[in-house]
Amino acid sequence: MNWDFIQEYLPLYESAALLTVKIGVAGIALSIVIGFLCAVVLFFKIPVLRQAVSVYIEISRNTPLLIQLFFIYYALPKIGIKINPEVCGMVGLAFLGGSYMAEAFRSGLEAIEPIQMESALSLGMEKSQALRYVVLPQAVSISVPAFVANIIFLLKETSVFSAISLMDLMFTAKDLIGQYYKTTESLFLLVVFYLIILLPVSLLGSFIERRLRYAGFGS
Amino acid sequence: MPDLGLDVLFKGKNMLRLLGGLWVAVKISIISVALSIPLGILLGIVMTWKNPIIKAVTRVYLEFIRIMPQLVLLFIVFFGTTRTLGWDVSGELASVIVFTAWGTAEMGDLVRGALISIPKHQYESSAALALSPAQTYFYIIIPQTVRRLIPLSINLITRMVKTTSLILMIGVVEVLKVAQQIIEANRMTSPNAAFGVYLVVLIMYFLICWPISMLARYLEKKWR
Repeated sequence: MNWDFIQEYLPLYESAALLTVKIGVAGIALSIVIGFLCAVVLFFKIPVLRQAVSVYIEISRNTPLLIQLFFIYYALPKIGIKINPEVCGMVGLAFLGGSYMAEAFRSGLEAIEPIQMESALSLGMEKSQALRYVVLPQAVSISVPAFVANIIFLLKETSVFSAISLMDLMFTAKDLIGQYYKTTESLFLLVVFYLIILLPVSLLGSFIERRLRYAGFGS
Repeated sequence: MPDLGLDVLFKGKNMLRLLGGLWVAVKISIISVALSIPLGILLGIVMTWKNPIIKAVTRVYLEFIRIMPQLVLLFIVFFGTTRTLGWDVSGELASVIVFTAWGTAEMGDLVRGALISIPKHQYESSAALALSPAQTYFYIIIPQTVRRLIPLSINLITRMVKTTSLILMIGVVEVLKVAQQIIEANRMTSPNAAFGVYLVVLIMYFLICWPISMLARYLEKKWR
């Protein structure tokens, strides 16, 4: 292990990790919004939109992110839709994550007995009030474990961004291996940086999950 | 109607080449699934043992494999181990190793989850009915765990197929690589080939994964 090399190229990894986190967080935030909207559409069984959402979910869940990114980045410009790599990574991640988040929210919403909604309505609440004050607080806490799992999954998926020439961690590692043949050092830094990004999220996730289990949700 | 470059697909053997590339990816996922299901069942059973050392070792293995992006694991095996161990590993072999290790971890976790989700009273009731331990496992525990496991392991297959698209990044010639080659070869005659070819690749993956997920969902509903 050559520590001088590691020290020299540490800043490169730092900026790459920052890029990964930046696009990852933006993409995940977008996918939460998309997932939430889709789940609401499915929950209220809004006609037409519901079918569109189902089709979107099937396509997004049954194709790999790498291919989706290739399609967005290389194929869409041919019909006149040009976007830069960073936005492309974000959009791709949101396209993939939206359906996973939608499924997480939906499983939470479905776990709430209809009696909750009915009782809220019989107390004179509006449908939107019932959703906001009665159904959603319970549903969200049930879907938290799936939610955290999705966030980790999406952060891991950001590793394919190097395919659309984003200078993320994978790209940096591959570049250094190709340039200096410092395979061990490059891979070591790669693993360390992914652990720095992913481990806190994973630990936080299992902590929240344990707390929820103490509270007796879902049983 | 703009030129979408779909005509390229029907030139020469392009469609066959794409399907051949797809088969490379699918073959790797089939081999990995076939290896990781039995290994995962073993790992899952081992993980329910009470021995603290075994528990710690399996836990670390599981957490490391699951927290690392699969692409990082591919890099470690393809670039890292070849360098440190001095062996020569082909891209295909490296992918089978990585996907088997990953599939085993995922499957092991599923099996462990299914085993510990069987309530204790199932064991106790069958003991009260004078069933022997072997009979308990055979007639009571295994049927219940298998029902829970089959939909989940089918889902694992689709995840495996989707993840095999990553092998492009370690230089295995699979469907995306073939797609790139076709687009490059035809860039003069049909500059818009990228649209049609990548669309077809997207549809191909969808057509493989969608029926499998439908089956998993159907079984999940039926056996709930």
